[in-house]
Amino acid sequence: MALPSGTFNQSYAQDMAIFRTKTQWILLFAFLAFLFTCPLYSGDRILTILTIIGITVISVHGLNILTGYCNQISIGHAGFMAVGAYTSGMLTAHLGWSFWAALPCAALMAGLVGILFGLPSLKVKGFYLIMATIAAQFIIIWFILQFRNITGGGDGLAVPRPEIGDFVFKSKASYFYLVMIFACLATFAATNIVRTRAGRAFIAIRDNELAAEVMGVNLWAYKLLAFFIGCVFAGVAGALLVHYVAFATVDQFPFMNSVWYLGMLIVGGMGSTAGVIFGVVSLKLLDELVVIVGPMLAVVVSPQAAASLSLIMRGLIIIIFLIFEPRGLAHRWQMVKAYYRLWPFSH
Amino acid sequence: MKADKKVKLRIDNLSLSFGGVRALTDVSLDIRDNEILAIIGPNGAGKTALLNCINGFYKPQKGEIYYDGQRITRMRSDKLAELGIARTFQNIELYTGLSTQDNIMAARHVLMKQNFLAGALYFGWAHKEEIEHRRTVEDIIDFLEIEPLRKRVVAVLPYGMRKRVELGRALALEPKILLLDEPMAGMNLEEKEDIARFIVDVFEGQGATYPNTPVLRDGIKCIILVEHDMGVVMDLADRIIVLDFGRKIAEGTPAEIKTNPEVIKAYLGQET
Repeated sequence: MALPSGTFNQSYAQDMAIFRTKTQWILLFAFLAFLFTCPLYSGDRILTILTIIGITVISVHGLNILTGYCNQISIGHAGFMAVGAYTSGMLTAHLGWSFWAALPCAALMAGLVGILFGLPSLKVKGFYLIMATIAAQFIIIWFILQFRNITGGGDGLAVPRPEIGDFVFKSKASYFYLVMIFACLATFAATNIVRTRAGRAFIAIRDNELAAEVMGVNLWAYKLLAFFIGCVFAGVAGALLVHYVAFATVDQFPFMNSVWYLGMLIVGGMGSTAGVIFGVVSLKLLDELVVIVGPMLAVVVSPQAAASLSLIMRGLIIIIFLIFEPRGLAHRWQMVKAYYRLWPFSH
Repeated sequence: MKADKKVKLRIDNLSLSFGGVRALTDVSLDIRDNEILAIIGPNGAGKTALLNCINGFYKPQKGEIYYDGQRITRMRSDKLAELGIARTFQNIELYTGLSTQDNIMAARHVLMKQNFLAGALYFGWAHKEEIEHRRTVEDIIDFLEIEPLRKRVVAVLPYGMRKRVELGRALALEPKILLLDEPMAGMNLEEKEDIARFIVDVFEGQGATYPNTPVLRDGIKCIILVEHDMGVVMDLADRIIVLDFGRKIAEGTPAEIKTNPEVIKAYLGQET
């Protein structure tokens, strides 16, 4: 990325910085200020959408590290979210733990289960690994349904809201803040993991497994580490989701969600932290668009068309991106930025 | 210069076969310190197979490999990298999605200490370590004269440059033994001369030019070169080993090899 004219890097720290110029810092803080004042001027409905987007961003960051950076395609991410969700849910509901103690356990448990289902990745690749992770999704859900005396099975599990001292995160606004803080932390962590030692090892595995091993990357350890990190993010997101709804059921973690998370990565751009945010936001907003357009379509065309509109739209968007912009919105955004930086001189 | 030529890597009766194909048969050789050893031979002679055995890709059925007296046969590739064995590939094997700089940086993996948690926090220790290693990487970039390519994604670089980046990546591992698998394959004369110069410079060490980068300052004192270009081999190598159909048929100085009847037979065929 070219720097604005007149700006030069004078140290390696400057060269490595993501926010390099004053304008970038100002824009960052402006965005954060806007984000954290959202509850002041938006209604409950908008806040709900944003909260769900925040939770999904955390989860997809994990999938991005695992799939986008380390190339271990997982279609069991919703399953790993369920592990975190139920770990935290059971610890708080049955044992009366505080949310703050249960959350790290949820993250760790999801990570460990991730390692377990990541074990096949040491032997199988690509298509076969996809099958293994699909199995993970169904096995996890099956376990939750079977152990109904502790998980509540198909009836679900009532989960308390998080609290600090006497303050309970009961209102939409308060939970929005909680989720957004976690989403920002997750973005920060994900960005930094992928630009340091572990991240480079993941990319090495993605781009050239053979060379990665010769250059000293322990494939075994790093593939499992990718599964661990990816699923820790999923665990945190799952826990945040059930504590938000105050109820945990397996319906919150359907197989199709695992597929859509991958779709979000495709739309946003695999292997890009910004792409995660673009992808999640765009597909979630598409859903909201469908909610608005759907009823109109039901009148004009047919009710069935409206009912399947969401699926059709999502599928269509993913296909369009696969064909016309496989590198996703993140790449488009880079192009826009490059154009803006150099305008009006294109060289 | 008659420096100490202690045995660095010893290969004992190495045999490797794929089904009925015998890639290597009872190959024994010593690789010594302070020398550039060339391995030559016609196509399919087993040169790359030998490198792959040293490197841990292929698991030989018979024979042993010792590195500094330590048995390294059938060891995992990444462990060997930690011990200090680096290589380049005949068909370039770079991390295609990364920039030149990050490709070389990625090879610093075994020399860095931070774990992913420090990486996630970034500011502080990880940041400091990144900068430290970045200095070395910049020295290597400077040495290989690829500064303009620093931020370019390697997938779009021309062939010769990618070969050079790959050499840089191997150097960044700060190896004790450098295995070069046809570093000049498919290059024109000028590019070959550049690479030959880099190999000699790496071997000799650059002394005070790169005081903070041990691998460039002191040089890599043990280089194994697999190459087809005889002119290059004869000029660079201190010692040559000739393989043919998986067997070692000759060993000696370039002058000896040139006149060896076995070698001439292998390359030119026998008069009938």
